[in-house]
Amino acid sequence: MHRILYKETLGPDITLYRLHAPDVAAYRQPGQFVLIRICDDGERIPITLADVDRNEGSITLIIQSVGKTTLKLAQMSVGDSIPDIAGPLGEPTHIEKVGHVVCVGGGIGIAPLYPVAQAMKEAGNRVTSILGARSENLLILEKKMLAVSDKVIITTDDGSKGKKGLVTDAINELVDQGEKFDQCICMGPPIMMKFVSLLTKKLGIPTLVSLNPIMVDGTGMCGGCRVTVGGKTKFACVDGPEFDGHEVDFDEMIARLNTYSSYERVALEHYSDETGCRLEASLKKKGE
Amino acid sequence: MKPTERLKIPPTVMPEQDPKERIHNVKEVPLGYTPEMAMVEAQRCLQCKTPFCIEGCPVSIDIPGFIKAIAQGDFKQGVHVLKQKNLLPAVCGRVCPQEEQCQAVCVIGKAKKDPSKAVMIGKLEMFLADWERKQGVYPTPPEVSKTNKKVAIIGGGPAGLTVAGDLIKFGHDVTVYEAFHKAGGVLLYGIPEFRLPKAIVQTEIDYLEKIGVKFRYNYIVGKTSPVAKIVEENDAVFIGTGAGLPRFMRVEGENLLGVLSANEYLTRANLMKAYTFPQSDTPIVKGRTVITVGGGNVAMDCARTALRMGAERSLIVYRRAEEQMPARLEEIHHAREEGVEFHLLNNPIRLVGNDTGWITGAELIKMELGKPDASGRRRPIPIEGSEYIMETDILIVAIGNSPNPLVPASYPELDVTNWGGIIVNETTGQTSVPGVFAGGDIVLGAATVILAMGHGRRAARAMNLYLSSGRWADLADGLELSRAEVR
Ligand SMILES: Cc1cc2nc3c(=O)[nH]c(=O)nc-3n(C[C@H](O)[C@H](O)[C@H](O)COP(=O)(O)OP(=O)(O)OC[C@H]3O[C@@H](n4cnc5c(N)ncnc54)[C@H](O)[C@@H]3O)c2cc1C
Ligand SMILES: Cc1cc2nc3c(=O)[nH]c(=O)nc-3n(C[C@H](O)[C@H](O)[C@H](O)COP(=O)(O)OP(=O)(O)OC[C@H]3O[C@@H](n4cnc5c(N)ncnc54)[C@H](O)[C@@H]3O)c2cc1C
Ligand code: SF4
Ligand code: SF4
Ligand code: FES
Repeated sequence: MHRILYKETLGPDITLYRLHAPDVAAYRQPGQFVLIRICDDGERIPITLADVDRNEGSITLIIQSVGKTTLKLAQMSVGDSIPDIAGPLGEPTHIEKVGHVVCVGGGIGIAPLYPVAQAMKEAGNRVTSILGARSENLLILEKKMLAVSDKVIITTDDGSKGKKGLVTDAINELVDQGEKFDQCICMGPPIMMKFVSLLTKKLGIPTLVSLNPIMVDGTGMCGGCRVTVGGKTKFACVDGPEFDGHEVDFDEMIARLNTYSSYERVALEHYSDETGCRLEASLKKKGE
Repeated sequence: MKPTERLKIPPTVMPEQDPKERIHNVKEVPLGYTPEMAMVEAQRCLQCKTPFCIEGCPVSIDIPGFIKAIAQGDFKQGVHVLKQKNLLPAVCGRVCPQEEQCQAVCVIGKAKKDPSKAVMIGKLEMFLADWERKQGVYPTPPEVSKTNKKVAIIGGGPAGLTVAGDLIKFGHDVTVYEAFHKAGGVLLYGIPEFRLPKAIVQTEIDYLEKIGVKFRYNYIVGKTSPVAKIVEENDAVFIGTGAGLPRFMRVEGENLLGVLSANEYLTRANLMKAYTFPQSDTPIVKGRTVITVGGGNVAMDCARTALRMGAERSLIVYRRAEEQMPARLEEIHHAREEGVEFHLLNNPIRLVGNDTGWITGAELIKMELGKPDASGRRRPIPIEGSEYIMETDILIVAIGNSPNPLVPASYPELDVTNWGGIIVNETTGQTSVPGVFAGGDIVLGAATVILAMGHGRRAARAMNLYLSSGRWADLADGLELSRAEVR
């Protein structure tokens, strides 16, 4: 059992959890994730390890409530336990001194981006971070990203913080100002990763993206997480989750994420019947 | 009773759930023998002086021995005989390909020129194991002094569980590391509930825990900690990580929505209990028509699961002919009874989808049989111009699994074959790394439960000798010696 040691709300429907999981903390490297199961008969869901503390034997997860499992988890409190955390899984990020790295994060994607930016900084790179969110209250980890970046640029869709616009606008602007980037690391909604990759391909900046397909086991056993990279089928859980953004077939990946959407809605409805709790907002979001 | 009289007794048919009803539930299909039925069936055995059946069993169970006990109504003795060689008789009685093993060589079947009329060895085995479980009392093994030797077992499938059960009885300190949140391997996540109730597997695991085996779940050796660390911290290690890598067909359209591996489909259904969704949280795709590609047990399990998930049509598409299907006869028979359609000598060459990316059909090509290939089976050859589209909502790929690459890939010290199987000494299960043994599907590729257990048995004996003597070179010779000593 893994006790929740600490819980903090970072924004609407975004929660940070610190959980007791010494086995997972021991050998974890940036870029890796875990599969968690929060109750008997619960689903296994993949979540990136945002941070670990080996002394405390704890791991940090930052989770956006989007469906049954993540909403149920958000109802749990410090002192409660979840039964299963498996990991760390996936290939760690290749950390290397390349010169100037631009870290582009969108929404909840800033959570997995943070440890990678931190490691890139520690490896001696100059780090510029571009953080995008729909609006100010959805922006997470700003302070932490500031601490590991030489420069941070913020963009919001509604202009409530930083520049109004998209992360791709910010990349263009920096390049126009004469900035040279040796590497781009991009984590966020698939559609954002797609457009950043299209742009950096044009600009000739090597780009790593972290893919989030649907997973079951996370150990290469089911092939549910398969994605097409460079025309070849890869299993994101063992071959990734990070891949060369210029080679990824994003349209296929985005389509595949919808495989279970009608079932997920049923799960959510069943859950709200069960608990009678406030899920209408989320249901509405899903219906959109 | 005279042999001629015994020969006249017809095989005792085990009652089963009606096919029309059972496709609406996940309860076990065969209902079991009553003690009376078992005793009648046991009368059919001739108690041969040279029992060929024993040679047909990969773990050499004293088959006439346990059958005699049943005939005499001494079920406790029967269980005792069984368990000397087989840790999991409730499992093997249900899933062994008996028609290729023990029952294939039984003299009764030979005399009747029909192996399906042989003594129902598997069913009798199932009866005894179930009888024991219903008694609810498992014998506690005799106290043994602790050896203070630490053993790690990587993978909680039948191979690993067998090693654990044997080594704990020698007094070693045994820990099983399992990647999933439950042990059992394929018995749990692969083979469906209606064929092997999960409560049976759980009973065996609870028993192992009771007699002192420790289980570490959610522990992926090679990821949670390096393989080398496990090797260093233990006096001996057994690798039984199975054949979990799904093969795909590599045809156009294979990444369409609604196309999935048998492993994913069965794991969702079994391990994650998707058949109770939305009570359980994990969904499974449903469709009116489901095609399963393949002809083995895995394919039959998928096709039959699809019916239970509400499919109106469940089709098997297999590129060879019926005689060449590797599935157990009973599974093919059950699938047919339940209404699974068999489209044999057909092979998918392309999958087609709609504009949302969902599969809508499979382009199949008809096949004919040519000359025998490397496997000795006649090779299927495509018939040009015979292509056609078969509409479907879901397609499950069940064309086989390869050895799980995770442990070998992260531990290059292990010698592996060019297809990824760990290379071992056949008698002892020793790998290229001193102190490390392996067995089951990670060595054989996708094989059978009983072969995995046989491997576990042999490795456990060798491991025990290694732990007590420290001897590694020529360990097999030492084993021969100690067996002779026992005799
Ligand atoms: C490698 C990886 C790392 C991730 N890291 C994070 C993270 O750090 N923080 C975070 O908030 N989210 C992360 N996710 C996404 C997270 O797994 C999903 O949000 C979660 O599974 C939703 O589950 P649910 O039951 O609450 O919602 P559901 O209603 O079941 O699903 C909502 C949406 O989540 C996706 N999803 C559903 N099931 C799965 C699954 N088994 N695997 C992957 N995606 C699924 C689908 O797109 C679905 O439409 C990560 C995903 C991957 C693959
Ligand atoms: C659907 C299906 C139906 C089948 N039907 C039959 C049948 O009717 N009759 C029959 O005889 N055989 C059948 N088989 C084959 C049989 O199940 C296997 O041959 C047998 O289970 C192999 O046993 P094993 O112990 O070697 O491996 P497995 O049963 O595969 O167990 C391996 C275990 O190791 C774990 N593992 C893997 N990697 C790691 C790691 N790095 N760290 C920790 N743990 C790890 C896995 O999670 C798993 O629990 C079937 C197989 C399938 C898939
Ligand atoms: S273990 Fe399998 S092969 Fe051996 S006797 Fe039992 S059913 Fe037959
Ligand atoms: S071969 Fe058949 S008849 Fe002879 S001992 Fe074995 S089971 Fe009995
Ligand atoms: S999640 Fe099953 S293979 Fe990747």
